[in-house]
Amino acid sequence: MPAGGGVRAEGLGKRYDALWALRDVDLDVPPGTVLGLLGHNGAGKTTAIRILTTLAEPSAGSASVAGLDVVADAARVRERIGLAGQYATVDGLLTARANLEMIGRLYHLPRARAHTRALELLERLGLADVADGLVKTFSGGMRRRLDLAASLVGEPPVLFLDEPTTGLDPQGRNDLWELLRELVDDGTTLVLTTQYLEEADRLADTIVVLDRGRIVASGQPSELKARVGGDRIAVTLAGGEGLASAEDALRSFADGPSLVEAHELRVTVPVRAGSRLVEVVRALDAAGVDAVDVHRREATLDDVFLTVTGSNGHDAERHEALAP
Amino acid sequence: MSVAQQSVTSGRAARIRWGMSDSLVLARRNLEHVRQIPEKLIDATIQPLMFVLLFAYVFGGAIHVSGGGYREYLLGGIFVQTLTFGIIGPATSIATDLTEGIVDRFRSLPMSRSAFLYGHLISDLASALLALTIMTFAGLIVGWRIHTPPAEAIAGFALLTLFAFTMLWVGMLLGLLARTPDAVTGVAFIVIFPLTFVANTFVPVGSLPEGLRQIAEYNPISAVAAATRTLFGNPTAIPPNAAWPLEHAVLSSLMWCALALLVVVPLTIRRYRVRTSG
Repeated sequence: MPAGGGVRAEGLGKRYDALWALRDVDLDVPPGTVLGLLGHNGAGKTTAIRILTTLAEPSAGSASVAGLDVVADAARVRERIGLAGQYATVDGLLTARANLEMIGRLYHLPRARAHTRALELLERLGLADVADGLVKTFSGGMRRRLDLAASLVGEPPVLFLDEPTTGLDPQGRNDLWELLRELVDDGTTLVLTTQYLEEADRLADTIVVLDRGRIVASGQPSELKARVGGDRIAVTLAGGEGLASAEDALRSFADGPSLVEAHELRVTVPVRAGSRLVEVVRALDAAGVDAVDVHRREATLDDVFLTVTGSNGHDAERHEALAP
Repeated sequence: MSVAQQSVTSGRAARIRWGMSDSLVLARRNLEHVRQIPEKLIDATIQPLMFVLLFAYVFGGAIHVSGGGYREYLLGGIFVQTLTFGIIGPATSIATDLTEGIVDRFRSLPMSRSAFLYGHLISDLASALLALTIMTFAGLIVGWRIHTPPAEAIAGFALLTLFAFTMLWVGMLLGLLARTPDAVTGVAFIVIFPLTFVANTFVPVGSLPEGLRQIAEYNPISAVAAATRTLFGNPTAIPPNAAWPLEHAVLSSLMWCALALLVVVPLTIRRYRVRTSG
């Protein structure tokens, strides 16, 4: 077996007619680490996953998984990867156990081994008591967990998860994060996509931010957060006339440029560590600002985009053509 | 390049062995679906039974066939019609699989790529053979008999199996061409009904009006029905001046099947590759 379970990509691109869904993407994921691909819908995250898991061929550049080229060595790449797609790809007309046994057999495990592996995974993902339930009767969260179990059947050294926590409740999301941590501690290389900065921050060693198919930022979560700043304070006003004075009042707490959303009557600023909300309220009061709401929140993907590209990144959802 | 070439293990023998194993795993999956939705078996069980009984008892008295009773004549037609309806099974299940994410799951596994198609072929062939068995027994109950020596009778069943196999490939192609599973049923019905009724399936071609009669004589369905009747020693009711394919029904049936497979199999494999890439 070739050494290393890492993932590399150089100049990776995928073109659908005139649209580059992915362009000039370089990735380097050392074995046993976690890469978080962060971006809005249409940013190219799923396209990247599809190329790396051999489901789509790149139009430009090259990529390797576990040291194997995803095009030339596609069949052997498939022996080393697990994939949980954005849409749970399990068979609704089979039981949970039958799904996993079938996948085990397709990994060419002996029948008995496929059976025990299925039971192990159902246990591990908290699906043991619905093992013989028909999958079409499962809730969205249960299907996602089964889909994840399916991706683990072959004990893959490299695991690809496309928005793994979409549709999960907070408890389910925490359980999943814990499970993924365990897998990574055991040496699995993980590539996951997410729209949530918090999720990428929690799990990833490296974050790559995609916007309209291109990498717009990358680095360790701490680096990215340092760039983006910490928490935000958002002030919503009673009327539009107070926007300028609110912006002025907030400046002394700000760690970066403020965002004024006039139609929302809202001013948002990244704040320095240690800023106290009560002082912010006092400063606003002193400036005569009539605030209806003042709250503090964590930085989001939108804030990353705002810092990095100057727009909130939602344009990507329009799938604008980026002809060469 | 064959679709199987992207298989896992190096070595041709190992590849073929795993390809067969993967196909059987997927065939089993399809058969498991039948256990969950038993209605899927209606095509293969109740429908042929219903046709045998309806035609034998409802039309049996009205249609006269020279050289034997109508029920003796009928079975050849029912066999062929039911197996033609076999197009719908693989077409809907493949179209359904393609609209759901399951094909992506299969494609991310180190399995033989063509196993998806062969899995459907195997499970649907099993259900076609079940239908054939049920029709045979239903026929025997209503008074149909095989009058030929065993070798010819076996040739009759072999021809029907080849025909079923051909129709399943047509069905797979249809499933790969369809945009949605619902589209399949609509398209299949407007093709299958005229094809199986403007033929000698239920009435002798001699009783059809001019125009329709010529179409029926060249209809491959007629050739296969006539060949089946010939091989089982049932009345064929072929008029004396019939077209060449009907006069040489066994030979023309084999030629029709071979021609259809030569065209449909490569198209199906190519279409499958197109639908499952990119």
